[in-house]
Amino acid sequence: MTSPYPLASILGILIVALSVSALLIWVERRLLALWQDRYGPNRVGPFGLLQVVADMIKIFTKEDWIPPFADKAVFVIAPAIIMVTVLLSFAVLPIAPGIIVVDLNIALLFFLGMSSLGVYSIVLAGWASGNKYSLLGGLRAAAQMISYEVFMGISLMGVVLLAGSFSLTTIVEAQRNRWFVLPQFLGFVLFLIAGMAEARRLPFDLPEAEAELVAGFHSEYSGMKFGMFFVGEYLGITLISSMITVLFFGGWMGPWLPPLVWFLVKVFAFICFFILLRASLPRLRFDQLMSLGWKVMLPLALVNLVVTGAVVTAFK
Amino acid sequence: MLSLLRTIWSVFLHTFRRRVTIQYPEQKPYLAPRTRGRIILSRDPDGGERCVACHLCAVACPVDCISLQATEDENGRRYPEFFRINFSRCILCGYCEEACPTYAIQLTPDFEMSEYKRQNLVYEKEDLLIDGPGKYPGYNYWRVSGVQVDGKGKGEAENEAPPVDLRRLLP
Repeated sequence: MTSPYPLASILGILIVALSVSALLIWVERRLLALWQDRYGPNRVGPFGLLQVVADMIKIFTKEDWIPPFADKAVFVIAPAIIMVTVLLSFAVLPIAPGIIVVDLNIALLFFLGMSSLGVYSIVLAGWASGNKYSLLGGLRAAAQMISYEVFMGISLMGVVLLAGSFSLTTIVEAQRNRWFVLPQFLGFVLFLIAGMAEARRLPFDLPEAEAELVAGFHSEYSGMKFGMFFVGEYLGITLISSMITVLFFGGWMGPWLPPLVWFLVKVFAFICFFILLRASLPRLRFDQLMSLGWKVMLPLALVNLVVTGAVVTAFK
Repeated sequence: MLSLLRTIWSVFLHTFRRRVTIQYPEQKPYLAPRTRGRIILSRDPDGGERCVACHLCAVACPVDCISLQATEDENGRRYPEFFRINFSRCILCGYCEEACPTYAIQLTPDFEMSEYKRQNLVYEKEDLLIDGPGKYPGYNYWRVSGVQVDGKGKGEAENEAPPVDLRRLLP
């Protein structure tokens, strides 16, 4: 079931995922600038592409400061958790036929579990910083994850019902004739919103909320630990975009072009869409976030699940 | 909900808008003729220094960046012995230009004065003095003032009434 060249797949996916997420810093700044009628970073190298390298050099040479009032062990481990959980999710991601690290038959559940574990990073970072703003950020992250994890899982069950499997490869194969975004449009919208909350992107970046909480959970972080939170966030965007592509937009399926190109094009389109949302939408208030999650999204997800189940049963 | 979608769409339409940023070092911005930039000292049309070392600019300067020393030449005309502007302090407010009674000190539309050494931003008189009359061509302070100096008696200036003869009783 696994790929014919496991080591090559592991290394390739790791390197590509990490470099793509590093490059996303540049992509995001350029796109935000485009939508704000500016240029963005365009000085370092061609089109400013080497800005990423400059940022890396800067962030590696910064002082790596652990505050004396912090819980040291947890403070150091917290940024690693987000990287590990997101990168583990990439292991089950079918990028193209043969390019997958491990083809689990419960890949979707594995992804949901890993994305739930990712919140520990935020909560522990907020707690271990010993700073009231960080703690508030951590608390918000915990509440946000509980609210959005529930309907995120339920919104995906429609896809699972249609494909009849938790395996992501099977789900992609089931979309050979028709992408699941058509029969599962509501599920797609719900998963998109939950994914934004999961990646802590702008309409839902309450744990960070630099306008209210300094920088939220990573207020006390500096140097490469701060960098790991950022790489984790961009990896999260890449992962959510990849999952949307795999679950609703037919993964690598597409005419003419090779499968890998189709996958990358679709993922990039969703990354751009996430950045567009960041450029246009204001941050929700905390109570709005909670009531949206529990009062609107959860019932909608349940309705979607029930209707899909009824239709699938009726036409069996 | 609909307004959110409209917001997203209108932000997306900015993809096709012109960018407002001016790419500065390659593309120079338009500077109005009266932009307040680097300070110069001008000369009158006859080539003499306009500055009469009255110290009004130094008094008006809110950051005390102007220092000068007054002296007189052989004709009894005052002029600055040295005139020093510290551009690392100067805030380009233009108060010195407003205070100047002889249009000597003027601000020009040039702001590119970066230096690697702070000391290089202290401009001496020979750095400040230009060869032209600046914004006021044809104006010569000594020709319109009522002050008597060598080469011009009282009442000989342009548009100047002859001086009152104190020994006459007629008006």
